[in-house]
Amino acid sequence: MTVPLALLGLLEREPSHGYDLKRDYDAFFGRGKPLPFGQVYSTLGRLARDGKVTGQSEPGDGPERKRYAITPLGRQEVAAWLTEPVAAEPYLQTVLFTKVVLALMLGRDAAGYLDGQRATHMRRMRELAEVKRGGSLTDALLADHAMFHLEADLRWIDVTQARLGALAETVRAS
Amino acid sequence: MILEAREVSRSYGSTPALREANLSVTAGEVLAVMGPSGSGKSTLLHCLAGIFTPDSGEVWFDGSRLDTLDDARRSELRRTAFGFVFQFGQLVPELTAADNVMLPLLLGRTRRKHAERRAAEWLERLELGDLGGRRTGELSGGQAQRVAIARALVTRPRVVFADEPTGSLDSLTGEHVMDLLVGLAREEGATVIVVTHDARVAACADREVMVRDGRVCDPYVTGTVR
Repeated sequence: MTVPLALLGLLEREPSHGYDLKRDYDAFFGRGKPLPFGQVYSTLGRLARDGKVTGQSEPGDGPERKRYAITPLGRQEVAAWLTEPVAAEPYLQTVLFTKVVLALMLGRDAAGYLDGQRATHMRRMRELAEVKRGGSLTDALLADHAMFHLEADLRWIDVTQARLGALAETVRAS
Repeated sequence: MILEAREVSRSYGSTPALREANLSVTAGEVLAVMGPSGSGKSTLLHCLAGIFTPDSGEVWFDGSRLDTLDDARRSELRRTAFGFVFQFGQLVPELTAADNVMLPLLLGRTRRKHAERRAAEWLERLELGDLGGRRTGELSGGQAQRVAIARALVTRPRVVFADEPTGSLDSLTGEHVMDLLVGLAREEGATVIVVTHDARVAACADREVMVRDGRVCDPYVTGTVR
C-alpha cells in the first residue's frame, strides 16, 4: 500500500527512470525485501493512468526508456499522505518509517507528523483502555494485545523523534 | 481552568529544566504529562504544585497566583487543596497504613477519632480494609501505592499530583493502581495530573501533553492533530 506513495515521494525529489526509483526504494525502504522490477513498472503505469505521474520516452540505442515525473495531482497526494496520521493499528512500522524518511527527504514537517501520529495512537490507547474497563476478560485480553503493539509503535515514535536530526542528516546525505 | 502555567521557566544552576512552558488544566480533568527522562516533566509538576517556585513566569490555581504566595501559604495550600502520589518514599515505613493515611488529617488538626474513621473508609475504598494495622514497610509495592493514594485523597483535594505512580510496579499491578487512582479521583471530582513515561498509564487520562526540552507540546492545540 505504501509502494505507490513511496515512489511518488521519490519522484517529488526529481524525475527519475524506473531503474533509479527501484534502486532508491530498495536503499531507503527495501530492508532486505527489494521491490521487483515488475512491480515498479506496473505501479508507475497505474500512477500514469491516474494522472499522478507522466512518463516521457527517451530515444536511445537500447530498449526504450521512460523518464517519470510527478504531476501536481501526485504532489498533492504525497503532501496529504505525509501529514495524515495512520489509523492506529498493530504492525505499522513500514508505513510509519516510510512517512518519516520521505518527509525528511522532501523537507516536510516530520516532527509534526510524528506528534500527530503519537496523538492518534494515544487516542486509540484510550479507547482500548475504556474497552478493558467495561468489557469481559476476553475483551480485556484482546484489548491488551492491541495496546502492547501500539505501545511498541509509541516507543518507536519517541525514539525516532529524539533522533530526527541525525536521521535527517543520514537521509539527506544518501 | 483550575491550574495554569504561563511561560514558566526554571533552571537547576545553569541547566534549564523548563523553558517558558505553558499548560492549562480544566477542573475535573485527568491529564497525563509525558516526555523523555530529563525533559522537565517532573519540574513542571513541582512548579504547578507549588513545591518549586519558577524563576520566571506565573502559576495560577483557581483564579489566583500560586507562585507569589509565601512559603507558609503555599504549604497550607499543598496540605488542604492538593494531594500527592510519588513513585517512592512518601510513606513513613514505621507507621501503620492507617496512621499514614491519617497523617495529613492530623496535621490539619482533624480530631483523631474522626481521622481514624476517615482513614478506615479510604483504606476500604482502596481494597485495603484488613491491612490498616500493618506497617507500610511490610506491604507490597502495589499495596503501598494504594495506601499512598488513600493518603492523597483523604483530605478531599482539588488536585492530585502523581509522579510516575506506577513506575516501580509490574504491568498488571500498575494498571490496577491507576484504575483506582483515576476512578476514585473522578468520583471525588478531583483533577489529576499524572507524570508518566508509560503510554498505558497515560491511556487512563482524558488527554496527554508531551514535554520536550522543557517545553510543553500539545498536539491537539498546535494543530498537528485533526
